[in-house]
Amino acid sequence: MNINTTKVISLLFFIFSAFYLYTAYQIQVFAFDENAPFNARTFPIYLGYAGLFFSGLKLILPDPNTIKVNHKTLEYKKTLILIVIAIIYGATILKVGYFLTTSLFLFSSYYFLGERRWVLMFLLSFPFVAAFMYLLHGVLDIYLRDPFLQSIGVMG
Amino acid sequence: MIEGILIGLTTALTLQNILMVMVGCFFGTIIGMLPGLGPMTAIALMIPITYGFDPATGLILMAGVYYGAVFGGSTSSILLNAPGVPGTVATSFDGYPMAQQGKAGKALAIAAWSSFAGGTLSAIYLLFMAPSLSKVSLSFRSPDYFALMILGLTAIAAFSSKGQFLKAMMMVVLGLMLASVGQDSLSDITRFTFNNMNLTDGISFVLVVMATFAMSEALTIILKRNDPTSAAKQVSLTALGSIKINKEERLKMYKTIPRSSIIGFLIGVLPGAGATIASFLAYGMERNVVNDEEKEKFGKGSVNGLSAPETANNAACSGSFVPMLTLGIPGSGTTAVMLGALLGFGVQPGPRLYMTNPEIFWSIIMSMYIGMVILLILNLPLIPYIARILAVPKNYLIPLILFFSITGIYVMSFNNFDIYLMIGIAVVATFMRLYDFPMPPLILAFVLGGLMEENLRRSLLLSNGSWEFLWGRPLTLIILLLTLSIVCWQLFKSLKK
Repeated sequence: MNINTTKVISLLFFIFSAFYLYTAYQIQVFAFDENAPFNARTFPIYLGYAGLFFSGLKLILPDPNTIKVNHKTLEYKKTLILIVIAIIYGATILKVGYFLTTSLFLFSSYYFLGERRWVLMFLLSFPFVAAFMYLLHGVLDIYLRDPFLQSIGVMG
Repeated sequence: MIEGILIGLTTALTLQNILMVMVGCFFGTIIGMLPGLGPMTAIALMIPITYGFDPATGLILMAGVYYGAVFGGSTSSILLNAPGVPGTVATSFDGYPMAQQGKAGKALAIAAWSSFAGGTLSAIYLLFMAPSLSKVSLSFRSPDYFALMILGLTAIAAFSSKGQFLKAMMMVVLGLMLASVGQDSLSDITRFTFNNMNLTDGISFVLVVMATFAMSEALTIILKRNDPTSAAKQVSLTALGSIKINKEERLKMYKTIPRSSIIGFLIGVLPGAGATIASFLAYGMERNVVNDEEKEKFGKGSVNGLSAPETANNAACSGSFVPMLTLGIPGSGTTAVMLGALLGFGVQPGPRLYMTNPEIFWSIIMSMYIGMVILLILNLPLIPYIARILAVPKNYLIPLILFFSITGIYVMSFNNFDIYLMIGIAVVATFMRLYDFPMPPLILAFVLGGLMEENLRRSLLLSNGSWEFLWGRPLTLIILLLTLSIVCWQLFKSLKK
């Protein structure tokens, strides 16, 4: 059976809009605002209906320009690895610090994308991040939290 | 106005700002040459850098990136028939055949001079039009603004959707929904936060831009196994030949440039239209006005056919600043990103901008002239060298884009949750991109969401909850009828198919 993915996305959006609309009706407003011409839930309610309307139309109307994606040609493995590395990077950046985590993130991303020129990989990670940190922290005065560099006394 | 020009020149001609225009143009040219990475990504990646500057400098940098990207997009269009940005697709119609005839250098020179002239003329139109329009727009009331925002969102959905209007409208609604997360601006009641403290202040604009453009474009490149840098590698190997333009060709350009710049500017001013439509319209118009002999050359390396879209797409870039600077309503996804950045600086664009922050208003306009000169110097002699810089493998390019995106969020909030949220939105956006759901309408809607709700609130309160405000003022009614005609036309097209 051929499943039209655009219709599936539209259906998901329809369900999402219904949930959004339900949540919009649950927004607690002040008692004196309850019958006001406009309160905190008015605009979201309109948005919920708009979402139902457009996704409903997309579901009902025929879709002659269906986009067909050949999933066999897509590079899921590398994309997933990059996403996982990015999540790990996000999870450790505050605790470990900007310099070390960013450098390791870049180095491992180059590696998993198939790069094996070690010197270039190194230059475009550790020294590159150090230079970028200097630009942000030293030149532009943008604060960068880095417990690792602070612990070894490099950063004040 | 003279005083304003002087203020603008004083601000734009500081060493720091000239440097920023140069950096912006250079970076924009580089990104513009890479098919798949557009000006919105380039500007989004620049946002963290602008945190360290004042608003005028930050915006000058972003404006430089914008027209640099459009300028750079023409290079890969001409040399490789692979437009770096949609606005330069029409450039390839005559630019690429010219390059195949061994006149690549000449084609680049025609494109560069046309872009320079288009951008400069358009900046002059902007100089005269923006202050007058600002004065006119002071008479706009909340219902007019509300209607204008609906028009802007509908127009961008109609123009950016490539025949998929309903998908684009779904993205508009999604953008507005994302903007509604967090505290209500008037009552401070929290909405859609699900008791998560991280969402109380709403979702950051930078986060959404980074996720839906920079990060999602990077993931899409990997997912689809594209290699945007291969274009640059080929450019760096192409023999350009002479860049001289002879007298006959110059005469043709003298006629084409003024009319194409007017078309480009006017299309740029319209909400949602932008460089792509401007370049196609200018190309079509040029083909109709030239003589039969010249008409025959269109598509085979015509000077007019190359000059017209290049003039128009750069003119449209300047034109798109008009609604943003005068009404506070961006006309395109790219200016929406800039508007969001301005709001982040605490500056409210709108009709009063040129009174409250004249240095920002005028310095952007003045920096455009400087930017055009810099682009001319950059694009002609330096293209092969820029291309060589670009010839880095995508294995390096993609992690660097991800790194810039995550850094942008990190320095803004120092919060893990924001990074996870950005990755989550980027994954969803990447999946939706596969099925041609356009992202610019989402960004524009996200930026306009708060303003739209505010203007609807005022309109409804003033009319005691009645929807009569929609037809109470002729201006509101005209704008809404225009919106309705766009919706009906698009739905009719969908049903006809």
